[in-house]
Amino acid sequence: MAKTNIVARTGNEAMAEAMRQINPDVVAAYPITPATEIVQIFAGYVADGLVDTEFVPVESEHSAMSACIGASAAGGRIMTGTSSQGLALMAEMLYIASGLRLPIVMADVNRALSSPINIHCDHSDTMMVKDAGWIQIFSENAQEAYDNMIQAVRIAEEALLPVIVTTDGFIISHCMERIEIIDDKDVKNFVGEKKLGNYLLNVDKPITIGAMDLPDYYFEHKRQHIEAMIESKDIILSVAKEFSGLFGRSYGLFEVYRLEDADCAIVLMGSTVGTAKAVADNLREKGIKAGVLGLRVFRPFPKEEIAQALKNIKAIAVMDRSDSMNAQEGPVCLEVKASLFDDSASPNNVLNYIYGLGGREVRIEDIESVYKGLGEVIKGKSKNKITYLGVRE
Amino acid sequence: MAKEKKKGWKALTKGGVIEGGGTAKEFKTGDWRSERPILLSEKCINCLACWMYCPDSAVIMKDGKVAGFDYDYCKGCGICAHECPVKGKAIKMIPDNHG
Repeated sequence: MAKTNIVARTGNEAMAEAMRQINPDVVAAYPITPATEIVQIFAGYVADGLVDTEFVPVESEHSAMSACIGASAAGGRIMTGTSSQGLALMAEMLYIASGLRLPIVMADVNRALSSPINIHCDHSDTMMVKDAGWIQIFSENAQEAYDNMIQAVRIAEEALLPVIVTTDGFIISHCMERIEIIDDKDVKNFVGEKKLGNYLLNVDKPITIGAMDLPDYYFEHKRQHIEAMIESKDIILSVAKEFSGLFGRSYGLFEVYRLEDADCAIVLMGSTVGTAKAVADNLREKGIKAGVLGLRVFRPFPKEEIAQALKNIKAIAVMDRSDSMNAQEGPVCLEVKASLFDDSASPNNVLNYIYGLGGREVRIEDIESVYKGLGEVIKGKSKNKITYLGVRE
Repeated sequence: MAKEKKKGWKALTKGGVIEGGGTAKEFKTGDWRSERPILLSEKCINCLACWMYCPDSAVIMKDGKVAGFDYDYCKGCGICAHECPVKGKAIKMIPDNHG
């Protein structure tokens, strides 16, 4: 097993540390709370000569992603970081990055979208770009954020898809935790050299990228993109397996926690997974069979795997830290329900809890109330399909 | 223009990359045309105004004289006929059915 160093780091510091060890060719970014620190710290590494990276301080996030696209098409290994309104401003270019199949890696600190203006955590920014053709990986804590960044480079370059690695704004980004950092040389070996296919700076093999696709080709290229997303599930798992073998920390498409014999389960992603696990432990001591499914990979969505993992659960609560403003369930719940719908062996008792919008705190008691609701459903009581957890009436 | 057999999604390059240089030449833009220019050689004074003005370099020259039009690239804009200084015009635009 490779040697690791135990340090105290915030989520932002951990992601910046991963970027230093990955040593990308170009980083183009624009500051935005609560993600500013990631590239600010990284810019310090550039100034101190600790990395070989060309740092491009641009005038907006739209330009940041545009510069990343150009640099990635040129052949470089490219990273950036943003949050909320910044991600929204990038949205147009996100589709271009993924459509051109450019393996850019982005650190994204989840923050509510305006309006009303708010700088705290929810998942509405990342959910807004869930259909942009990027792989999306969520992190429960700073350790996962660090590990996910390192794995994301390999995943992106093998799948030829860009990857967003998220943390939860302030909860992970600014809280200091004990994490294990891998030695520089081991990260360098793990990420390796970028394997180059077609790239613009190859003067021996000129190419055109971004050519216009009329109705006779666009669909075929989108079909390729869809296939890449389908195939990326295996790539994510094989990279995780190699990572686990070298560094000892295991990752999958999602984490199952005390789920095998559970009667009731909560499905959610991000930092609240940790809170749910703590509550499940407490309830287990009281004899309640509570479990948690912590979703790590939201894109591609692990449909069959989730249906399999939840098939024996009597009542399920899917917790969404955003709302799709569709007058029905939140985005994670809809996808979980769709997974279960196609698997006839699965139960129908799925409740949706919209929680934590704009950084609204989610406490142990809140999670307990969710499990309590599931317990009532198991006893045959009817419950509201959607609950807005902790909102004042 | 002859119908080409188009490749399926598995056979195309990833991300719509076009390999090789100078490939714009292979994109024949003449099928946009609704009118085509016809050269009336007996009236042409070979002033080359059409050759200079053509935005698609589709006026064919032979031994310093206008020899006709390259219908693979001529978009039928009519600038050549418009600029032709000959009284009664040495270039005439006619409807094009791409036959």
